[in-house]
Amino acid sequence: MSDFLKIEGLKAQIDADGTPKEILKGLDLTIPKGEVHAIMGPNGSGKSTLSYVLAGREDYEVTGGSAHFKGQDLLELEPEERAALGVFLAFQSPVELPGVNNANFLRTAVNAVRKARGEEELDAVSFLKLAREETSRLSMSGEMLKRAVNVGFSGGEKKRNEVLQMRLLKPSLAILDETDSGLDIDALRIVAEGVNSLRGPDFSSLVITHHQRLLEYIVPDRVHVMAHGRIIHSGGPEVATLLEKQGYKQFLEAAA
Amino acid sequence: MSENSAAAWQALTGRAGERAALLGAEGLPTRRVEAWHYTPLQSLNGIAWQEAPALEAATVKQRVEGLNLPEHDGLLVFANGRFCKELSHLPDCMDVQEYGDGSAVQPLLAGRFSAGLNAALRQPGARLHVPAGTDAGLIVMVSLTEGDGVSTHLHHSVTLDEGAQLTLLDVQLGTGQYLTNPQVDVHCADKAHLSHITQQAESHEAARLAIVGARVGERGNYDSFTLNQGGVLARQEVVTQLSGPFSNTNVNAIQLVDGARLNDLSSMIHHASPDCTSRQTVRSVLSENGQGVFQGKILVDRIAQKTDGYQMNQALLLSEKAQMNSKPELEIYADDVKCSHGATVGALDEDQLFYLRSRGVQEEQARDMLVQAFLLETVELVEHESLRDYLLKALPGHV
Repeated sequence: MSDFLKIEGLKAQIDADGTPKEILKGLDLTIPKGEVHAIMGPNGSGKSTLSYVLAGREDYEVTGGSAHFKGQDLLELEPEERAALGVFLAFQSPVELPGVNNANFLRTAVNAVRKARGEEELDAVSFLKLAREETSRLSMSGEMLKRAVNVGFSGGEKKRNEVLQMRLLKPSLAILDETDSGLDIDALRIVAEGVNSLRGPDFSSLVITHHQRLLEYIVPDRVHVMAHGRIIHSGGPEVATLLEKQGYKQFLEAAA
Repeated sequence: MSENSAAAWQALTGRAGERAALLGAEGLPTRRVEAWHYTPLQSLNGIAWQEAPALEAATVKQRVEGLNLPEHDGLLVFANGRFCKELSHLPDCMDVQEYGDGSAVQPLLAGRFSAGLNAALRQPGARLHVPAGTDAGLIVMVSLTEGDGVSTHLHHSVTLDEGAQLTLLDVQLGTGQYLTNPQVDVHCADKAHLSHITQQAESHEAARLAIVGARVGERGNYDSFTLNQGGVLARQEVVTQLSGPFSNTNVNAIQLVDGARLNDLSSMIHHASPDCTSRQTVRSVLSENGQGVFQGKILVDRIAQKTDGYQMNQALLLSEKAQMNSKPELEIYADDVKCSHGATVGALDEDQLFYLRSRGVQEEQARDMLVQAFLLETVELVEHESLRDYLLKALPGHV
C-alpha cells in the first residue's frame, strides 16, 4: 500500500452565519508512506480547513469526495479513533485548558492511544521519565509539565508543547498547521528537529506553511500549491523556493 | 393551603406542639414566596413527615466504616437525628457542652423558614466548644438518615473562643425518601478560625433544608465550603455576619446536579463592621434535567466602610434540559467599598473538547476532564490539603 493518505475530490463547507460556505472545492492529494509533503498557499485558500477536516472537527460538513488513511475511510471515524489510527494535528492556535494539568493530560492521551493500539499503558513513573526526556530534548522547562495545558504559555511554548505531544503519541501521519508561525529561529530549529526525528519508512507528514523558511529545516519530498480550495500545482522542493521568490501569482494565473 | 398540603403541615405542626407558632402560618413556602421562588416546597406537601426512628447500632457502625473518611482528630456520629455516643470521640482539648433547651430562633436567622422549622422540631445535636488559643484539628461529623416519610431536625452549635481553630467536615448521607433539616449555629470569637466543609451526599430521593448561621468577631474567619451533590431537592443556606472589624468569610460551593433533581445554594453575607472581606465562588454542573439555584446576597451596612467583597457564580450546562437560576444581590449602604460580582452560564467549550479528542481521549473522558477542571479551582479554595484530596475523589471523572 504505497498510498498512505489518499484524498479524492474532497469538498467541505462551514456554516457562516446561517449560509453554508464552501471552502474545499474538490481537493485531490496523495501522500505515500514515509514521505513528507508541504502545502503552501495564500490566506483563505483552505489549508487550515483541510487539516481540521482530516482531524475530524465537527463544525465542517463534508459534502463530497473521500479521504482514506491506511485503507480506512477517515471521514467515518471519530477524532479519537483517527488519533488511535495515527493521525496527529499540531494546531495553529492550541487552546488553553485551565484546570487540566499538562502532565496528567499528556499521560491520559498517551495511554488512551496506547490502549486503542493494543499496547500496554504506562504507569505514572515510567510516563514521567519519558516525558522528562522529551521535554529536555525540546529544550522545554520541566515546569511546563506541572502547569495547566497551554495556560500562560508563550506562542513558542505552545508550539513546543504540540511537538511534545506529537513525539509522545508517535503518529504515522503528522499534520502541522503553520507550526512555524510565531517562532524565532532557535525554536524553529527545535520544532523541525522534533519532526525530522520521527521521519522514517512508517511516518508521513503534511506540513502546512506560509513560508519557505520551515522547509529549509524540514525538507519535503513534494510541495503542493493550494488556492481556492484545491491543489493547483505540485512539484519538488524547488517549488517552495520559487514561491518565495516570485509569489503565488504565476500559479494562480496558470490555474485560472 | 391546598387539600394536599394538609398532610405535611398537620404532621409537622402536630409534632411541634406548642412550638408550632415558630413555623408561621403560611404552610410550606411556595413559588410566591420570593426566597423560595426557584425552590418551592410543594413536592413535600403530600407526606405526613414522622419522627425518624432510631437505627440499629450495628447498621450505623457499618455505614460509617464504609465512608473512607480522611484522617481526623475527632468523630461525631448522628443517625436518624440521634447522637451515637459509642461511635463518637473528641480530642481532649474540646468539651461537649450540655445541650440546653434552646428553642429560640437565633436572631441572625429570624424569618428564615428552614430555621423556623428547625426551632419548632429541634433535636439536640453537637455542642462543640474550642477553648481560647487552641487548635482542635479536624473533626468529622457524620449525619446518617435512613427511612421513608421521616424527618430529622438536628441543631448543632460550634463555638470557637478567642484565637481558637477548628476544621469541621460535615458529612450528610442516607437512603430513602426522608427530609433533613439541620441547623448549625457558629460563633467565631475574635481571631478564631473555623473551616467548615459540608459534603451533602443525601439520598437522591431526599429533601434537605439545611441552614447555617455564623457570627464572626474581630479578625476572625468563617471559611465555608459546600459540596452539594445529593437530594432530590436540597437547599444549603449560609448566613454569615461579619460582626467585628478585619474579619473574613468565604462562602464557596460546588453543586453537581443530575437526574430531575434540584440543588440550591442560598447565602447572605452581612458586612456589619468596617474593613472586612468576603469571598464567594459557586460553581454548578448541571446535567440531564438537573436544576441549580444560586441566590447570593451581600449586605453592607453604612458603618462597614472599606468592605472588600467578591462573588462569582458559574454554571456548566451539560444538557439541553438542564437549568440554572442565579440571583445575585448587592445591597450597599456604605460609600467606600469594593464589591465585585459576576455570573456565567454555558456549555462545555467545543474547541477544548475537540483538542482532547484529537489527542485520542474518548469523548466521555474528555468531558469528564473538562468538568473536573471547571470544579478544580473551587476545590483548591479549601485550605486543608487532605480534605482537598478527599473532595476531589468525590467529583465525577477523577483520575
